[in-house]
Amino acid sequence: MSAASPSTPAPGSPLLLTLLQARTYVALLLVFGFFAVMAPNFLSVANSVIVAKHAALTAFLAIGMTFVIITGGIDLSVGSTVGLCSMVSGWLILYGIDLGTVGTMHFNTLEITLIVMCVGVFVGFINGILITKLNVAPFIATLGTLYIARGAALLSSGGRTFPNLSGNPDYGSDSFPAIGAGTFLGLPVQIWMLIAVGLVAAYIARRTPLGRHIYAVGGNERGAALSGVKVNRVKLFVYMFSGFCAAIVGLIIASQLQAAHPATGETFELNAIAAAVLGGTSLSGGRGKIGGTIVGAFVISILSDGLVMMSVSSFWQTVIKGLVIVAAVVIDQAQSRLQARVALQQEAALGR
Amino acid sequence: MTEKHPIGLKMRGAVKVYPGTRALKGVDFDLRMGAVNVLVGENGAGKSTLMKLIAGVEDMTEGTITMDGREMRFRTKADAVAAGIGIVFQELNLFPNLSVAENIFIGHETTRAGIDIDIEAHRRATRVLMERLEQNIHPDTPLGNLRIGQQQIVEIAKALAQNARILILDEPTSALSAAEVEVLFRVIDELKAQGVGIVYISHRLEELIRVGDYITVLRDGTITGARSMEGVDIPWIVQAMIGSSSKEYGRSEVANFGPEIFRAEAIALPRAGGGFTVDHVSLSIRAGEIVGLYGLMGAGRSEFLECVMAQHPHAGGRFFVEGKPLTERDVPGRIARGIALIPEDRKRDGLIQIMSIRENLTLSSLPGFAKLFHLDLKREAQTALDFIKRLTIKVASPENPVSSLSGGNQQKVVIGKALMTGPKVLLMDEPSRGIDIGAKAEVFRTMRRLAAEGLGILFVTSDLDEVLALSDRIIVMAQGRVTGEFPSGTEAAKVISATTAPAQNSKDIAA
Repeated sequence: MSAASPSTPAPGSPLLLTLLQARTYVALLLVFGFFAVMAPNFLSVANSVIVAKHAALTAFLAIGMTFVIITGGIDLSVGSTVGLCSMVSGWLILYGIDLGTVGTMHFNTLEITLIVMCVGVFVGFINGILITKLNVAPFIATLGTLYIARGAALLSSGGRTFPNLSGNPDYGSDSFPAIGAGTFLGLPVQIWMLIAVGLVAAYIARRTPLGRHIYAVGGNERGAALSGVKVNRVKLFVYMFSGFCAAIVGLIIASQLQAAHPATGETFELNAIAAAVLGGTSLSGGRGKIGGTIVGAFVISILSDGLVMMSVSSFWQTVIKGLVIVAAVVIDQAQSRLQARVALQQEAALGR
Repeated sequence: MTEKHPIGLKMRGAVKVYPGTRALKGVDFDLRMGAVNVLVGENGAGKSTLMKLIAGVEDMTEGTITMDGREMRFRTKADAVAAGIGIVFQELNLFPNLSVAENIFIGHETTRAGIDIDIEAHRRATRVLMERLEQNIHPDTPLGNLRIGQQQIVEIAKALAQNARILILDEPTSALSAAEVEVLFRVIDELKAQGVGIVYISHRLEELIRVGDYITVLRDGTITGARSMEGVDIPWIVQAMIGSSSKEYGRSEVANFGPEIFRAEAIALPRAGGGFTVDHVSLSIRAGEIVGLYGLMGAGRSEFLECVMAQHPHAGGRFFVEGKPLTERDVPGRIARGIALIPEDRKRDGLIQIMSIRENLTLSSLPGFAKLFHLDLKREAQTALDFIKRLTIKVASPENPVSSLSGGNQQKVVIGKALMTGPKVLLMDEPSRGIDIGAKAEVFRTMRRLAAEGLGILFVTSDLDEVLALSDRIIVMAQGRVTGEFPSGTEAAKVISATTAPAQNSKDIAA
């Protein structure tokens, strides 16, 4: 009887609630509209592509971060993983792998891409093992791998840049620069990659048992475990996925610049966390959406690029970014309170 | 007698309402000084709530407390402490990382100039207290190094250190050894002689009769008996505790048990620091049978269920489902074999509060809705709706968060989640905790129906009424061991006596 009633939002404050739920999109429209009016050339095609490319880098990391945060964890190591993966791709292009007596093995672009992704996933795997099997708090475990990965990146070149990564046609790696610079059907390759990764992640989140388990682990780890969720496997997956996303970013940057610098990706993890939070992901776990996160990444990128175009001092840019993040979290709290109240009213209206 | 024991605290018309339940319904209580006022009642009768009101831990909804003719209002524990009321909770509120002396003076440290803690004064005072309590405990010992019984003594010392005129002891002996109980009783006698009014809560009826001067019996939030201890015996207490009218959840149809569906053999869960929390428990359940597992708090019943659900990997013993050994070591494996657990603490273990009702219902059986990795959301929603109807869960929408439901409906969601896995054996830990009478009856009817459908049900309860009315067979546990097994229709007194019996003969019973 009552169970059959439709799931439309209850009367009360539906308009406010809808507005709050869509706040990330509202924020996107606001920053977009603001800079379209205020910043010269903001709407030009060339600029739009640049902004989108910047946003994509943050968005990749933020997608991986969203899963991690939904399980109630945090991954501080993604920025360093970006740097490490950049260096690995640079090394592979320049030197290949030295097999001693057999000679040196060189790789084509596809092989390099796969190896680098494996490196990223491996860093995530280490994070996952530390957190699940060895019971280290996520913050500390990933802080440790942050330093280790960064150190390894610096060691790989002695702190120097790997220059001229244009690849070598003899080994089939001359297509490497296309990852970051190429276009397909008019859109940059990395935007296509973002669309692919975003769709896969959103699919996992909404239509697979794994996705549901990710939310359950973040909502109540004990309860999930007692319901038959393999908590450790879920956690292992999210950190490995986060490492995978970081590897993509590392590849793109190395390809775009045709150079790999060991400091690549410093503080990227903070942008990724900010984008996820801006997109409605709750740091206490259990809540977050991939779509929201991607929009959040665009808001942050448009904000910083737009401010640059308006030649606002970079010091002010930092302050403004911080204010936006704080405001997002405050609004997020208000929304969840309102949502809980509306749901309670609905149940109460049922007359017990 | 009355002049000898003046009334130190008078409570009139005390009402305490929690969201959804009335825990106390107009209670009058007189606390006499220089005497032991014992308080009995089943779990959930309102004993602890009553004491929390007196100790200022909870605020009264209605009613008055008067002390020495003045009306008092305890809004916080500090108010009550200022009025000379100390309470020792059943669950210890101590800091294992701090020393004994630091624990005793936490929150009311003796200081020099308000900032510098006078450690020497703490040590001295602690030594005096420990002498008074006949304990050889050094003030600097880290509390975590003490046995639970000793920790309880420290908790009492903490109340004494604040010069309590009224001391409330909530189940103080549940963790004590026989020798420690003797010490405690001597301390109580001494405190009585000093004119301290003591409230003593316990489930051990013999103990109450021995130590008490006045007795108050609570049932369902009202007082059903209050008198001087003279002439009180166990049958009188039991009568007042459970009343004459038995609640009717009785079996309507003829019992029709199938073959044995679940068996546990010598399940042993070692306790940190020696002994066993679950001490070689063996039991079996037949298809269609409801077995009640009764006992006091800390008897090891919940831990036994946790062992069945693979929560204690180091537990010994073997389980069998339909005669085949249960070798799966993780929860999903055991769920797949037809075991389902409805945990005691819904909020902590049973539900994902921020997820929707639908998502909670299907959480344990998601792989069943997936082809490879693709979830069939339509079929999932349909099945969730089916279960909502079948269990008559009252919801506005299955998409609302489960936290918006009342306790009884939340419990039904937990039951629905367990049932969706298609279990053969249902383990229910305190299935009626925190839900109102109407919902309770519905949950019990559901249990009856499930049993009739051929499930084996093992349910843990601390409610004597419930276990007597609902069970086809009653198994009693005490101190980790099975101390008695009774057919349905056994007298209440027999069941109660088994809860405190030292179980030397558990092996024979199990056999």
